[in-house]
Amino acid sequence: MKFMLIMRATDETMAAFENVDFNEVIAVMGRFNEEMINAGVMVGGEGLDPQDPGVVVDYSGETPVVSDGPYGETKELFNGFWMLEVASKEEAVEWAKRAPLQGPGSKMEIRRVTGVDEFPQDNEWVQKEKVWREQLGTA
Amino acid sequence: MSTAAETVAARRRVEALWRIESARIVGALARYTGDLALAEDVAQEALAEALVNWPREGVPRDPVAWLLTTGRRRAIDTFRRRAALDERLPQLDTGSAPERPDDTDDDVLTLMFTACHPALSREAQVALTLRVVGGLASDEIARAFLVSTATVQARITRAKKSLGAAGAGFETPQADELGARLASVLSVVYLIFTEGSSASSGGALIRFDLASEARRLARVLARLMPGENEAHGLLALLELTSARFPARTGADGEPVLLEDQDRRLWDRSTIRRGRAALRSAERIGRGLGYYGLQAAIAECHAVAGSVAETDWERIVALYEALGTLAPSPVVELNRAVAVSMARGPGEALPLVDAVADGLADSHQVAGVRGELLRRLGRTAEARAELERAVSLCGNDRERTVLTRKLAALD
Repeated sequence: MKFMLIMRATDETMAAFENVDFNEVIAVMGRFNEEMINAGVMVGGEGLDPQDPGVVVDYSGETPVVSDGPYGETKELFNGFWMLEVASKEEAVEWAKRAPLQGPGSKMEIRRVTGVDEFPQDNEWVQKEKVWREQLGTA
Repeated sequence: MSTAAETVAARRRVEALWRIESARIVGALARYTGDLALAEDVAQEALAEALVNWPREGVPRDPVAWLLTTGRRRAIDTFRRRAALDERLPQLDTGSAPERPDDTDDDVLTLMFTACHPALSREAQVALTLRVVGGLASDEIARAFLVSTATVQARITRAKKSLGAAGAGFETPQADELGARLASVLSVVYLIFTEGSSASSGGALIRFDLASEARRLARVLARLMPGENEAHGLLALLELTSARFPARTGADGEPVLLEDQDRRLWDRSTIRRGRAALRSAERIGRGLGYYGLQAAIAECHAVAGSVAETDWERIVALYEALGTLAPSPVVELNRAVAVSMARGPGEALPLVDAVADGLADSHQVAGVRGELLRRLGRTAEARAELERAVSLCGNDRERTVLTRKLAALD
């Protein structure tokens, strides 16, 4: 089973981190990552630039509306994610608990990643494949 | 004091923790006692105690330390009992007991080598590896291999006795035997993977995901032995093979041949990881080994948009290298198939005939011959071969594929 651990923070979380030595942050994150890599469960992950809040595209209206990042709107932003391959949700939760995160508003969201083979069997792709195999004389 | 739901939640948490920590805990206890069998026994006792206590009293603040301390205490008890029976036995130095698993990388690697000790049968190595390195319970292993829990327990008990009889202790192999011992570990991980990847899709829901566990073990090995090209080669092979899983069965669960698979269903991120592992194997500069070459073949398929766009000449060359390294009729047969794709069925047919002796009663030879004859337009001979393949095939699903090919001749 694959799970995504999504790191979430608020302006408050970020402010609390301002006085922390960045090298120290990298070191503790590095140790956490290394532990998961050594255990063979980490299959991916990225950090998102905390300095640049990015942009948000809002599809509520007829045409997409572009605005500056999540600041001032949601008060919460994704900081990064890990992809873990583990045997159960509980295992993903145990790894999440070990993340070196703390402070007001600091959160981790744990979501199961779906596989393409889980798509409903009447999915367009699966249908196409059936036709294809009939044409090839293997179905 | 706690609801049934809370008890279940606490139990699942213990199991999850055990999955993460068991190798380090058993490894540390085996290092401490110098005896993997004893370490496994006392670790299981500690786990059993946790499963009773934690749902009732809550999970301790440092669960790993708790499990290790409990296991260590049980080990000391055992040593004292043994020493009382036989005073020649040395006392365990209780002062040097570890509070936390330290030197864990070495311990986990030694654990893998010991679980795959040459004194054990292959199936005992597999069961013991899943138990002590994977942290699986006997019933999980039993479900995965479709055998009874009692059978698994007997295998593990026998394995532990054999380790004792062989005086295996708890040590990493000497340099002169490292190659053979590593081959054994890689082979066990590969077996766990093939067992998992042959699982039927219907049964997969209740069977433990062995293929995923094998990938995890291969990642651990590649990390612990970064200088061994075959550790990376095995990981690459497992990732690249796994990437095709979503496309390998059709809607009814029947197998879909590589040439018919919808390549859009292949898992791109898994392919990327597999290719990265293959590059790591190549970077070591000792060429590719048994697993690395197979991974390189899998990579040829993974990067091709279709059967027609596949670099079949490269696959032929890789099978030639594989045949030189590990000669086998199955490799020769696969080489023949690759030759047929690269240069046409006419050139491949004599190659198939050459391996027919080594695989006389194989449905695979008959199946490939039938396919080549069909492509050569020799329909009557093709029919005879495919009929022979059907009659020789022991696997229902593969037989279905052959029967369809046969029906398509008309």
